Amino acid sequence: MSAAELLRLEEITKRFGTTPVLRGVSLSVNAGEFITLLGGSGCGKTTTLRIIAGLEKADSGRVFIAGEEVTHKPPNERNIPMVFQNYALFPHMNVGENIGYSLKLKKRPKKEIRKAVGEALALVRLSGYEHRRPSELSGGQKQRVAMARAIAGRPQAMLLDEPLGALDLQLRREMQLELKRLQEQLGITFIYITHDQEEALTMSDRIAVMREGLFEQLGSASEIYDRPRTAFVARFVGNANILSGAVVDRKPLPEGGECIVFQHPAGRERLLCPAGASCAKAGPSYEQGQKITLAVRSEYMELSPAGKDSSGEDRGLAATVTGKSFAGGQLRITALLKGGGEVTASRHGIDSPLKIGQAVRVSWKCESHAVPVED
Amino acid sequence: MESRKSAKKAPQKDKPARNGKLTLCGTTFSVLPLYLFTLAFVLAPLIYMFVLSFMQRGGSWGVEMSLSFDNYLRITEPVYLGTFTESIKLALLCTLFVALLGYPFGYFMARLSPLWRQRVMLLLIVPFWTSSLMRLYGWIIFFRANGTLDHALMGIGLTQGPLRLLYSYPAVVTGMVYALLPFMAYSVYASAEKLDRSLVEASRNLGASALRAFFSVSFPLTMPGLFSGIVLTFIPSMGLFFIADILGGSKVVLVGNLIQEQLMRAHDWPFAAALSVCLMALTSIFLFLYSRLTRALGSGGELEGLV
Repeated sequence: MSAAELLRLEEITKRFGTTPVLRGVSLSVNAGEFITLLGGSGCGKTTTLRIIAGLEKADSGRVFIAGEEVTHKPPNERNIPMVFQNYALFPHMNVGENIGYSLKLKKRPKKEIRKAVGEALALVRLSGYEHRRPSELSGGQKQRVAMARAIAGRPQAMLLDEPLGALDLQLRREMQLELKRLQEQLGITFIYITHDQEEALTMSDRIAVMREGLFEQLGSASEIYDRPRTAFVARFVGNANILSGAVVDRKPLPEGGECIVFQHPAGRERLLCPAGASCAKAGPSYEQGQKITLAVRSEYMELSPAGKDSSGEDRGLAATVTGKSFAGGQLRITALLKGGGEVTASRHGIDSPLKIGQAVRVSWKCESHAVPVED
Repeated sequence: MESRKSAKKAPQKDKPARNGKLTLCGTTFSVLPLYLFTLAFVLAPLIYMFVLSFMQRGGSWGVEMSLSFDNYLRITEPVYLGTFTESIKLALLCTLFVALLGYPFGYFMARLSPLWRQRVMLLLIVPFWTSSLMRLYGWIIFFRANGTLDHALMGIGLTQGPLRLLYSYPAVVTGMVYALLPFMAYSVYASAEKLDRSLVEASRNLGASALRAFFSVSFPLTMPGLFSGIVLTFIPSMGLFFIADILGGSKVVLVGNLIQEQLMRAHDWPFAAALSVCLMALTSIFLFLYSRLTRALGSGGELEGLV
């Protein structure tokens, strides 16, 4: 175990009745790290967090906090505060009492508690709110108080269960930055849960993409985004288009790696795998005729009018434009591939010369923008 | 169909003002029966009773129309005042026992799985399907000399001969606690069921032991249920005369018994009315104090499941 390791999960499994929720989750988190468990509902991310907190018992596997096994310890002996999704502020206590709750349990002197409460409130920029009732606060303020309550005891690590889930988009963006600032300022390890991939990418040092009780991929934000290991990760993090086809030709590149020609029912396109790139296989290279699945992000997708490209080559996948929509500052064009399957391309701008119903050629801007993934 | 519907709706939409008036009128008419009912069966009898309490008993039967405070002065006689204090004492004792038994009952009922919760609730309701008088006779069989309890106690060798358990103070308390327990259990349940489990989890997460979490979070937040249970127990236990009658014989005399006696045996209706007015005043004072207390404790002075 490394000296900086703060939390370790070993092969955690959990069933609710006959439904497996976690199927062997292992994780090691370093001190000061911001790690996000990302996944859709029912993937087991909240259960993982609750097992760390001790609010749920794992069926098998072990939990270590700061090098000490806590698998069978009650939640109150773990000192790893959690920020609940609904904030779980005590309605019968005022803000100050809420924040000072953990310190009062530790029987700290009143003066010290008052000081710690003041500091925690200052950190979340709510100074002077000690005597408010939780019911008098807005959603964003409640969120801050919940943060302050977790921070007050100066823990080494904190668990956050979709803490921004109930806030509106703009406030969520603000709070994302604020949380990140707090985490860096205090050097607390954050174990964060979200189903929002953008949030995960913005804030985390590392992201664990969860699916059906397992970690699908664990890596840094850029690894997850640029080099998704599976089709699920590619789709979940950044709405990638998934294309299945086969390798029909491959040529070694002069500088190493190879150039693959990808055959899809709707056409063929090249794919560049320079040496050292994620798509370049560590082992033997792709075989002729091998089935392959590609992930191409919508912003890398290019749609151009059907026909030969500028160099007179017949390439790209044949498709028909089916829709255009403008959302979030981006124009999204959907096209139906010949032989079935839909692709989405997004670009900046309000409109595109392409018309609905027009036949187009689908390709990717740069040959290395298509990433082979596991299905 | 669609077009016909919208055609029908359209003219109504054009006259929102008239619409509003119609609804107001409708509301008045729809609550009118309720007003009439309340007037006829609640307010009128109360006024009748109040007026009656200032009159005098007429000979061997009926009422004499001479207004005076005599009945109220009579209540201050030590015999009657004593009955009032006895009643309050018994009511407090019953309420204490009911709270001690009913709170955990209601609290844990709320934590059962939905299936078991339904079963337990059914068990609580089933006794209400038979007359409460019948159930009290059941207690007589249990308590009487050589009854179930006596047999059991003699069986395990705790006592030699039959005890005089029936017609005693403990028998009355037992009967009252038995009769009022469901009300406490239910009102605590109503509170406990609304208790957000994540609050308890948060408290445990912040370092509270299970016991500490209960006393610092669960208990304060279920207090409204406990309080309304106390009201639901305390007020009836001042007046449940038939329990004192059946299980206490003539040994335990409550205000309720006194009223019944004056009404049925002594035929002194005005005095019975005066006693009733005093009982009502007393319970009103308790209700007022209760709402003051709960407001001071910050639970909004609301009676859980009552108001």
